[in-house]
Amino acid sequence: MFSRILTSALFAGAAAGLIAALLQLVFVQPVLLHAELYESGELVHFGGEAISAHPELPGFNAMRDGLSIVFTMLTYTGYALVMVALMSMAERQGHAVNARSGLLWGLAGFITFHFAPGLSLAPEVPGVAAADVAVRQIWWTATVAAAGIAMWLIAFGGNLVSYLIAAALLLAPHLIGAPEPDSFSGPVPTEIGALFAARAFGIGMAAWVLLGTFAGYFWQSESARAEAAA
Amino acid sequence: MTTKTIKASAAGTFAPVLFAVVLGLGVITLTGHVQASALHDAAHDVRHATGFPCH
Repeated sequence: MFSRILTSALFAGAAAGLIAALLQLVFVQPVLLHAELYESGELVHFGGEAISAHPELPGFNAMRDGLSIVFTMLTYTGYALVMVALMSMAERQGHAVNARSGLLWGLAGFITFHFAPGLSLAPEVPGVAAADVAVRQIWWTATVAAAGIAMWLIAFGGNLVSYLIAAALLLAPHLIGAPEPDSFSGPVPTEIGALFAARAFGIGMAAWVLLGTFAGYFWQSESARAEAAA
Repeated sequence: MTTKTIKASAAGTFAPVLFAVVLGLGVITLTGHVQASALHDAAHDVRHATGFPCH
């Protein structure tokens, strides 16, 4: 049982994590590097003359981007471990787990780990003003936990009460509010900040859908293999 | 199947599920949240791009 969870999660997490890392390097990293030019003060907007929106950015950095690839794969493997473990529980309750249903699992995972906390704690470019990191981490963790329970209730609750509890769990963190900075001090143009948030969400959703599909596929094929061996 | 074996197999299933969830959350905490500077620097770009609170 545990080896089936572990094998499926490792395959799915490594594959989806690698794709996520490559997509991030192409679509997110240039926006982040552009923001860092303003964070470091190398570029200043509203300083008088107009600043080009297309400065020369540092290229691929083997050490920095290599570490990003490794850590993205690790992060998605962590997500996959949690998701495949829950998939095995759902299957025991009689729900089909395969690549097709995995797509929905992936969307639910994206909402849980990325979109729900990001709705009030928007993906940050470097240099933005933000509340104390420890406080934000507490809010982030509580929001992810609430959203995860809500997703399970929506998928498997099957009655009005569980849908209402799910709605309350999804709304509460945002009604309470995420920790906010005392004042704004971000030097990065809003255009860059908005593009960064949009790209982070878009790539996150693509990667999560792939993660769910892969996890469903590997879970099913590992189960078939285990049955054939038995 | 008797009640006893059902109970035994339920416990035998729950432990691996719990262990996998704890392991997964541990990995996510390590890559996404721990503020030790070596970890933070290595995971910096990933934390920003994946929506974790960073510095």
